[in-house]
Amino acid sequence: MLDAIKFYQTGSKTVGNRLLNPSMRSNQASESRPNTLISGHRACQGCGEALGARYAIDAAMRATNGQLMIANATGCLEVFSTPYPESAWRLPWIHSLFGNAAAVGSGLAVAARVRAKKAGNTNVPRVIAQGGDGGTTDIGFGPLSGMFERNDDVLYICYDNGAYMNTGVQRSSATPPAARTATTQLVGSEPGADWGKGKNVPLIAMAHGIPYVATASVADLRDLEYKVQKAMSYHGARYIQILVPCPLGWGCASSSTVTVARLAMETGFYPIFEAEYGKVTSVRKITQKQPVINFLKLQRRYAHLTGKKGDPKVLARIQAMCDENIKSFGLIGDEVPETVPVAIQALERNQTV
Amino acid sequence: MMNKSFAATLNPATSLANKTGSWRTLRPINVFKLPPCNKQCPAGENIQQWLYFAGEGDYEHAWRVLTENNPLPACMGRVCYHTCESKCNRGFLDESVGINSVERFLGDYAIEHNLSFKKPTRETGKRVLIIGSGPAGLSAAYQLRRFGHTVHILEMAAEPGGMMRYGIPVYRLPRNILDAEIKRLTDMGITIECNHKVEDILKEKEEGHYDAVILGMGASISTNVDIPQGDTTHVLNALTVLGDIASHTDIEVGRRVAVYGGGNTAVDVARSLRRLGAEPIIVYRRNRDKMPANEEEMDGAIEEGIQVKWLSTITNAQKDSLKIEKMKLNDQGWPEPTGEYEDLPADAVVLAIGQNVDLSVCKKVEGLQTEKDAVTIDKETMQTTVAGIFAAGDMVPGTRTVTAAIGMGKHAARGVNAYLKGEVYKRAEKHEDAKFEDMHPWYYTDAPKTVRPQLELARRTQTFDEVQHGLTEENAIFEARRCLSCGNCMECDNCYGVCPDSAVIKLGPGKGYEFNYDYCKGCGVCAQECPCGHIKMVPEKI
Repeated sequence: MLDAIKFYQTGSKTVGNRLLNPSMRSNQASESRPNTLISGHRACQGCGEALGARYAIDAAMRATNGQLMIANATGCLEVFSTPYPESAWRLPWIHSLFGNAAAVGSGLAVAARVRAKKAGNTNVPRVIAQGGDGGTTDIGFGPLSGMFERNDDVLYICYDNGAYMNTGVQRSSATPPAARTATTQLVGSEPGADWGKGKNVPLIAMAHGIPYVATASVADLRDLEYKVQKAMSYHGARYIQILVPCPLGWGCASSSTVTVARLAMETGFYPIFEAEYGKVTSVRKITQKQPVINFLKLQRRYAHLTGKKGDPKVLARIQAMCDENIKSFGLIGDEVPETVPVAIQALERNQTV
Repeated sequence: MMNKSFAATLNPATSLANKTGSWRTLRPINVFKLPPCNKQCPAGENIQQWLYFAGEGDYEHAWRVLTENNPLPACMGRVCYHTCESKCNRGFLDESVGINSVERFLGDYAIEHNLSFKKPTRETGKRVLIIGSGPAGLSAAYQLRRFGHTVHILEMAAEPGGMMRYGIPVYRLPRNILDAEIKRLTDMGITIECNHKVEDILKEKEEGHYDAVILGMGASISTNVDIPQGDTTHVLNALTVLGDIASHTDIEVGRRVAVYGGGNTAVDVARSLRRLGAEPIIVYRRNRDKMPANEEEMDGAIEEGIQVKWLSTITNAQKDSLKIEKMKLNDQGWPEPTGEYEDLPADAVVLAIGQNVDLSVCKKVEGLQTEKDAVTIDKETMQTTVAGIFAAGDMVPGTRTVTAAIGMGKHAARGVNAYLKGEVYKRAEKHEDAKFEDMHPWYYTDAPKTVRPQLELARRTQTFDEVQHGLTEENAIFEARRCLSCGNCMECDNCYGVCPDSAVIKLGPGKGYEFNYDYCKGCGVCAQECPCGHIKMVPEKI
């Protein structure tokens, strides 16, 4: 989709470019971007979630012409953006419980439709429900599946940082294997988070046959904006999962947020793809393939793998997991995979990685 | 107004009351670093800056930035050995930017569009005499004129340009280009008097009521070596041959000509003779690795079928042949005789082993110190040991190239300007180097270097048409946009985009960005994601 743009100087990867026609620059490059999540919020230094939320919601604002409201699950994003008596949001935003963001979103969408109908207004505001990986993959999973199953007109965005960061870095079902968290300490023969646990929610969402499912990353803004915009062009249930590094929980430098997210893409650790009606339709190709160690060594949660005492077998296993992602999602090469990729957890359980 | 229940409804954007800047221990600042091309350029051109404007398609602006340091871009785009390109950081990524080609495009663009230099806004009334109208003299004259001084150039030859006219072959620098760029200088009010050889510097200075003098006579005497020869052999020197070819476009030298030497002049002579139908053979006492000639020029010579006799010295010249002694290199890389001889058929020998400065006129000035083949100068101000007399170009110690001469001319002019104001010129301090390690290569896509189309070999050897053609506009823009903008902002909006706290303010096109220290938490993402290393994190004073 970005192949048509030839920058020569900075590639299609920078946020903007003075040589480009403003309409071809990213939404974030605009001086008049909505800044839906404004300064003064209390996210940590270098917060990937704050960055990802502004990227995504700003893009959705543009796609909906500002007719947008948000239901937010409990979590970091909710806590740091709205400590009483301040709010960093600049659009209608509601928080109810940890697990019910998808259900609240569904309700908002129906209410918006009814209100618009009563007022004789054809312009129905759109709804985004959002939460962290804990509120999405664990606690809010039932309402989320229900929202998918009913095909309610809601875009659900999951900001995936791989653990419950707000309460002190506890494991979630999105925590990758071998990662150290407060509840997966370095004990036993396989230290860190267990192998063969967890779930792949994007693939589960695809199994619901909903119109649009995508993964994205804060390291590829143009891809992220494109996906949000595309998701808003559909009606019905949609799901986007954005990888948002957490410097505190992952134990990386606050300045490395975007770098770590980029390495997650470039190593195949976090496949970036989109699927329409259950079928993968495009894949973000790896531009410069790197070994997974480059991703791991920037993070203290993997320090037990990358130091002198690191177990090369575990490292090889994570590398095999990345290679499997590259293969099944077709992250290198020109093709889009024809079959539905298998969740990596299946392969973990099957002991093939 | 909405009736809000307590603590359940918050007003939008109220977080702005929370000045998160107080969390900061590191502060991002914009730094301007010295790109390696600028650092390398002997003329001190601000290459990164003019590529910036060229990449936007604003060629006139680019040309104006370029000509702040170098008044002869169309000439330099042809004859400069572009050492800048060998330092280009893009070389680590794919291939270095074709800086020289873009310079030439801009120079040609300015000629085509009749761009002229701005005249000085005020005249100082100070008079400066420049002796020699080579690159150093012209560059100095240009800079002095920009300061508002009255400049007069004396030239001993029939036309201005120095070695650019009488040394550099036409196939490298067409004379209409040189004429156009010199005319632009005389249009500024610089006067050039040709056929005037200066015999007494002080007398000229006094009679013309000049406040200062810049010596730029160059190195115009060919170095001689004594080769025992029969009466019938031709032994010529390179400058005479090149000068004759430049003035008459033809010269009788014979068919097989040995060119003795391994520098750029030797290659120029050989390639010029080839175009006259001769079969030149370069005789050099060392090997290709040790050869001082520019590599591209030498490749061109070999492609044109010019033969080279490496590790050889001429010991004797007979009627139709030369006696050649084979050499071998010692541990230090210097040639040593082997005592083995062979004969090389040749009708003539052209000596191209170096050039010397004619110091005779300088020695007449009392107190003007000279050293071996140069005038002694203060390296900072370019002033000689006599107050008010400055020197630049080949006649001062340093690299003897057109580009170096232009740089020296510029500094001499600044030295004179300070002297005329009763000050001492001090060169500006340089910014910190922009290293490749400071850059973020991931953000730059691969784009191949646009290769200048070369004249077909067959045509090249028979005519004095230019060997290197310029770039088309499309290619020039492509090439200019390949610049990584090392150490200087290129307005990619990355810092503005990646800030999780929206604490970077975009000031609009051409104005760059500002940090909002009220909210900047000092995370450093902007610095890490800046493609060109323009942002630095410095400790906050607490």
